[in-house]
Amino acid sequence: MEIANLPIPPSQRAKLLAAGYTTFSSLSSISPSQLSRGAQTAWDMLSEEQMQKHITTGCEDLDAILGGGIHCKEVTEVGGVPGIGKTQFGIQLAINVQIPVAYGGHGGKAVYIDTEGSFMVERAYQIAEGCVSDILDSFTDHNRDFSACQDKLQPNSFLANIFYFRVCSYTEQIAVINYLENFLTEQKDVKIIIIDSVTFHFRQDFDDLALRTRVLGGMSLKLMKLAKTHNLAVVLLNQVTTKFTEGSFQLTLALGDSWSHSCTNRVILYWNGNDRYAYIDKSPSLPSASAPFSVTGKGIRNATSHCKRVRMM
Amino acid sequence: MANKLICQMGLPSSMAKIFAARNITTAKALALMEDRVRSGGHLPTSLRGLDEALCGGIPVGALTELVGPSGIGKTQFCLKLSLLATLPACYGGLNGRVIYIDTESKFSSRRMIEIGENSFPQIFQSEGLAQKMAGRIIVIRPTSLSDFTQSLQQMKLTLLQNEVKLIIVDSMAALISGDIERSTTGPRQHPLRWPLSFLKSIAEFSQIPVVVTNQVRSQSNDESLRYPFQGQTNDTCENTVRLESHLIAALGIQWAHGVNIRLVFEAHSGHRFIKVAKSPLSRAVAFPFIVESSGISLLSDEGTDVSGPEISRIHCQGHNIFAQ
Repeated sequence: MEIANLPIPPSQRAKLLAAGYTTFSSLSSISPSQLSRGAQTAWDMLSEEQMQKHITTGCEDLDAILGGGIHCKEVTEVGGVPGIGKTQFGIQLAINVQIPVAYGGHGGKAVYIDTEGSFMVERAYQIAEGCVSDILDSFTDHNRDFSACQDKLQPNSFLANIFYFRVCSYTEQIAVINYLENFLTEQKDVKIIIIDSVTFHFRQDFDDLALRTRVLGGMSLKLMKLAKTHNLAVVLLNQVTTKFTEGSFQLTLALGDSWSHSCTNRVILYWNGNDRYAYIDKSPSLPSASAPFSVTGKGIRNATSHCKRVRMM
Repeated sequence: MANKLICQMGLPSSMAKIFAARNITTAKALALMEDRVRSGGHLPTSLRGLDEALCGGIPVGALTELVGPSGIGKTQFCLKLSLLATLPACYGGLNGRVIYIDTESKFSSRRMIEIGENSFPQIFQSEGLAQKMAGRIIVIRPTSLSDFTQSLQQMKLTLLQNEVKLIIVDSMAALISGDIERSTTGPRQHPLRWPLSFLKSIAEFSQIPVVVTNQVRSQSNDESLRYPFQGQTNDTCENTVRLESHLIAALGIQWAHGVNIRLVFEAHSGHRFIKVAKSPLSRAVAFPFIVESSGISLLSDEGTDVSGPEISRIHCQGHNIFAQ
């Protein structure tokens, strides 16, 4: 029986035809959730989430408070004062996402959008070397044959899998994000998008702040859509500013209150004494906690010596 | 696919033009590395320890800031850098012109020739060469912020007409009279935000190093800034009398985010130090230095590591210009 002849309202008929169902038999095996095209039950989402691998940050304490690492399909904002290590964090993630599947990683590629010029390729090479040497160290005693993967473990091939965009104004930033929709349908291996930093051009070029809020809102919606459709992680590095609250100046992430709602997760990197700490400021599923980390020649690693305790706030 | 230039893809022409104008290509990071190695993406400073810490020297395409108290040696460093940029490549230079924007009238050609004669005697002995090198340095003296902005706008033309290989702004902070206003309501517009992004885009576009200098100001007590989740400072002994003057860089935190590399010049324990306070390439290290007839030279190429709040703190203790 043809769908076109069914006694149903014309709008429903048009929707079924548009979705490609022309005969009654094609409908017989479809469940309601599949027909509704996009809505999922919470149970399906749970099973999906449990199968998700997280992107390791290189520091075990940090991975622990993040629930395994940076989540795919979510937008994570990372902010901190200048010099705390945000760019290092971004480059480390761009390298760690490429760890081959055989070694427990994603084996994916990275998109790095640089708005400030802080991506120094020599440093990325150092971090890639550090990652490779750590992988080889921890897998030397296995008997399995890793020789095929070991060819991929060259720092140069890690660099070759980072797609680097340098943008010099906010219009270029938005243009690149729009362009990514096409780019990602062709490059299916990209597993992480890092924007370093999302703030810079939005603090420099805007006089009309209401416009800025609208543009930022549109941008964050696009990024969330990219994260969900292509199953990748989006990491946005943000700057800090001072805000006058409760009678004194305090530090807070830049771009304002409306922007602070746009990201799914927020991690703040800060100094505690002489050590670098990361604090989970906002997350739908993780408790607030902070963990120490350090920036070494090889990249982001566990904090050295005394401060090993993860502090629950 | 990633090797295709964006302008060859079927993009709307308006977008393609923007990309082409800014040289955005889907460059893989490996291609960047190869470019960098080929074109030597650094200006060596002739200070071996510092060059090693910065993986070759002052990087091109990025903004480097020198900050420190007055009289410590920032201008001397700038003079040496401008000289190095004019030298031919066989002496480690960039063989190009230099634009020196001097806002405090501190540029001294005599001192620069003196530095040249003492560091590279073999070049400067021959008469014509000293004139040729000095002739490659273009000095601009803006008297106000609007003057400065105007000379920046005209600079693009100069960059295209001449082979400019280095831009130095000495100093940025002199253009801003008074402190960056701290208002209690609403966001503030930083007066230098346009020059900041313009200098960075010039650095990127022309692939040259850009060096700016900054001043210091004293740190008031309410500036031990913390995040709301950190709570109050529970360490009361921090607030007791500080024996030395605590200084921080001027121009605010938005400026501090914008620069790529920050070199802090400071003085304590009877010596002067150059500290790499912010750099994507290296950890925070400090090198002791002195200022002599051939410019700045390091007393030791092994830097001492610095961590924590010490990195951003600027010391000005025991720095007496009469006690040289």
